[in-house]
Amino acid sequence: MSEAIPYTVEARPDTGVNNVKIGIWLFLASEVMLFGALFASYILLRLGADSWPAGWNELNVNLGGANTLILIASSMSIVMSWASLEKNQPRRYRIYMTITVLLGIFFLINKGFEYHEHIVEHQLPSTSTFFALYYTLTGLHALHVACGTLVNLYLLLPGFKMWKRSPEQFTNRVETAGLFWHFVDIVWIFLFPVLYLLP
Amino acid sequence: MTDEHTAHVDTQVRAYMVVFVSLLALTVITVAIAKLHLPVALGISVALGIAAVKGSLVALYFMHLISERKLIFLVLIFTVIFFFGCLLLPSFNQLDAVRVP
Repeated sequence: MSEAIPYTVEARPDTGVNNVKIGIWLFLASEVMLFGALFASYILLRLGADSWPAGWNELNVNLGGANTLILIASSMSIVMSWASLEKNQPRRYRIYMTITVLLGIFFLINKGFEYHEHIVEHQLPSTSTFFALYYTLTGLHALHVACGTLVNLYLLLPGFKMWKRSPEQFTNRVETAGLFWHFVDIVWIFLFPVLYLLP
Repeated sequence: MTDEHTAHVDTQVRAYMVVFVSLLALTVITVAIAKLHLPVALGISVALGIAAVKGSLVALYFMHLISERKLIFLVLIFTVIFFFGCLLLPSFNQLDAVRVP
């Protein structure tokens, strides 16, 4: 009979961290390898190509730049939502988390506009290696933004009930969701120059 | 909730503000430098260098790595080794290609 791993926010005496934190970091490590494999594919295909288009000629730098600012702002708002819970300010938490969710949605809408622009101009994954990589990398990233936004929305609405029952556990959940969200931000911080700005 | 804990969080919040402004500034700088249309090697180095600084700021401060436990760093050291190994694989392919007459 196996015993369930307890959901505790106490640091384990042997590792010095709680189960949730080690779990999310191991998950993020696997995510680094997922995106790492795709970045390696980018390098391989770019090095093997006879010519490669400059990102700014093919993509909309203004929309990409706006999305960079949106994700950075959302990283700030989610860390502020966690800090609000640490200071026992649930109302402020809800304000910051609402901002985070809205920024996640804005990012996806912006990305939708960008995809629409390319599709109208018949720039599809089959058009070139550059666009195949563009759609693969940004599509997978957008999927992460969508999943993160859903988690954040859950923590803003139904999941918020936990705050009254167990504030420490709820704060821990928000911190963990924040770690994932910051990771998504870091991936975009690299995707933006690699796809949009490199010559 | 002790006053000491609240003061500690307030200190962290001030650091977040500085990091946030730095990230915005670095994004503007990245786009501005890209508009200079530098040579390929220099352009790639500068853009990825700034991205590395931005990523480090997010990881160290927003993700609290700056005050994290050894075990987390151990996980990350292995991740970094495998990540760069993964990125280097295409370079080995290029070296092979040089030998082909």
